[in-house]
Amino acid sequence: MTRIINRQPAPLGRLVLATLPFILLALVYLLASDARLAENPSDKLLPSMQSFVEAINRMAFEPSRRTGEYLLWVDTWASIKRLFTGVGISAAIALLIGVANGMIPYARAPLSPLVRALSLVPPMAILPILFIVFGLGELSKVMLIIIGITPIMIRDLQLRTDALPEEQLIKAQTLGANSWQLILRVVLPQLLPRLIEAVRLTLGSAWLFLIAAEAIASTEGLGYRIFLVRRYLSMDVILPYVLWITLLAFITDYLLQLLSKKAYPWYHAQLGEK
Amino acid sequence: MSQIQSIQPIIEARQLWKEYGEQVVLERINLKVMPGEFVSIVGASGCGKTTFLNLLLGTQQATRGELLLDGQALDPEPSPERGIVFQKYSVFPHMTALENVMLADEFAQSALFGRVWGSARKALGEKAMAMLERVGLGHAASRYPSELSGGMQQRLAIAQALMKQPRILLLDEPFGALDPGIRKDMHGLIQQLWQEQQLTIFMITHDLQEGFKLGSRLWVFDKVRHDPQQPERFGAQVTFDLPLASEGAKQAAAEQLQQVSNPTTISKEQQHDLSNAV
Repeated sequence: MTRIINRQPAPLGRLVLATLPFILLALVYLLASDARLAENPSDKLLPSMQSFVEAINRMAFEPSRRTGEYLLWVDTWASIKRLFTGVGISAAIALLIGVANGMIPYARAPLSPLVRALSLVPPMAILPILFIVFGLGELSKVMLIIIGITPIMIRDLQLRTDALPEEQLIKAQTLGANSWQLILRVVLPQLLPRLIEAVRLTLGSAWLFLIAAEAIASTEGLGYRIFLVRRYLSMDVILPYVLWITLLAFITDYLLQLLSKKAYPWYHAQLGEK
Repeated sequence: MSQIQSIQPIIEARQLWKEYGEQVVLERINLKVMPGEFVSIVGASGCGKTTFLNLLLGTQQATRGELLLDGQALDPEPSPERGIVFQKYSVFPHMTALENVMLADEFAQSALFGRVWGSARKALGEKAMAMLERVGLGHAASRYPSELSGGMQQRLAIAQALMKQPRILLLDEPFGALDPGIRKDMHGLIQQLWQEQQLTIFMITHDLQEGFKLGSRLWVFDKVRHDPQQPERFGAQVTFDLPLASEGAKQAAAEQLQQVSNPTTISKEQQHDLSNAV
């Protein structure tokens, strides 16, 4: 009898096993929903598939009766814009400070303790301060994302910079590199794929901060909509929105992974060896 | 007088000491190395041979005494007069073999970007290609280091280091991680480059036989004085400084080493290997 740790499912079996939990979840939902609706046809907690289709139709493909906008797409665009702005700015700051901290002792001495302290401040606790300082507009929502994820990304990139083999840095110096050239040609290019990894890992937190900010003060956005329709117990809107957010997050993650593999094949070859 | 100047040593150590706090690593190192010598450095683990290499490289500084390159004190940081090949991680994984070799010239030509374009790039590419072909990597110019075998990576590291035409080339167990067959090829390559380019080489090795085969001179680092209560009290010195330039010298050196009784420095097994090597 082979040990269970050594037994591999066949490709088809793997596919079946991968989809099985999802099918089970859907099945449990349908059964529960049917049971509740049989008891009370106007139950709102577990809507039927048909109400989902109607809700999706209403949100995505019919203009809103009040504003004439296609709400799902307006919300999506507003959220994506905030998310990408926040994550983009965070990534740029993190790369800059992470590399500086990792490479230049005179940058690290004042900055590293500061970053460490800031990373321990709970971002949600200072959300009111952001609203007071930056107003209720776009800026405060983007700021929450930046404040929420930048310190972690800086610390990650600083560690990644530290982890570059000392031998490489010495070698570059014997090839005549000054500090700037060394950072530009040896360190930065090697950190870019690691930056993509850092972005992938922090995207979940970025969505969390975005939805929190939208829930509190906004006039459009995916998080705003979910918290708005909550008042009417509109599960038929909330659940598709949640699935849609999950799908967006998955697609972003997948595209980043693809970008990394296309742009930095040497990095993935290196990982494969280890 | 001019005779004396023309034979100025390329590397000279005068009363060199290295200590870490209480611990003495190297003591009273006095050595002269002439241009064109190939110095093999052997010794037990922790005997200070790597510390000595780091002093030559500039990543560590002597506590006392002087270490001179062409009669001048060495820069206190790694510089282009010193080429280095480590056992691992000597090449840049994000660049192709050709880019790795071009890098030194790119640094020299573009202070701001460390990168050149257009016709200048083409010229550098041709020069780097010639170097790659000299170490037998012409066919692998466009491959990344992760696509090269261990031996090919070391060839690349050597090619990269030679682009700066360093005054001294430092090899830190360069072939330690290679298979025996590959290692033999690498011995051929390094010996050929040493003679063609009249390099001055310092090579640390665990393999006494390798040191014997390649070097024109062999240093054995070991502690002369021991204090059992305080092992850190005394540092290592060069206990044997043997010329290997001719076959006769090798024979004499092997005989001298075979009389060493201290098993931490040179084991019986290694002594046996030696008598086979000579």
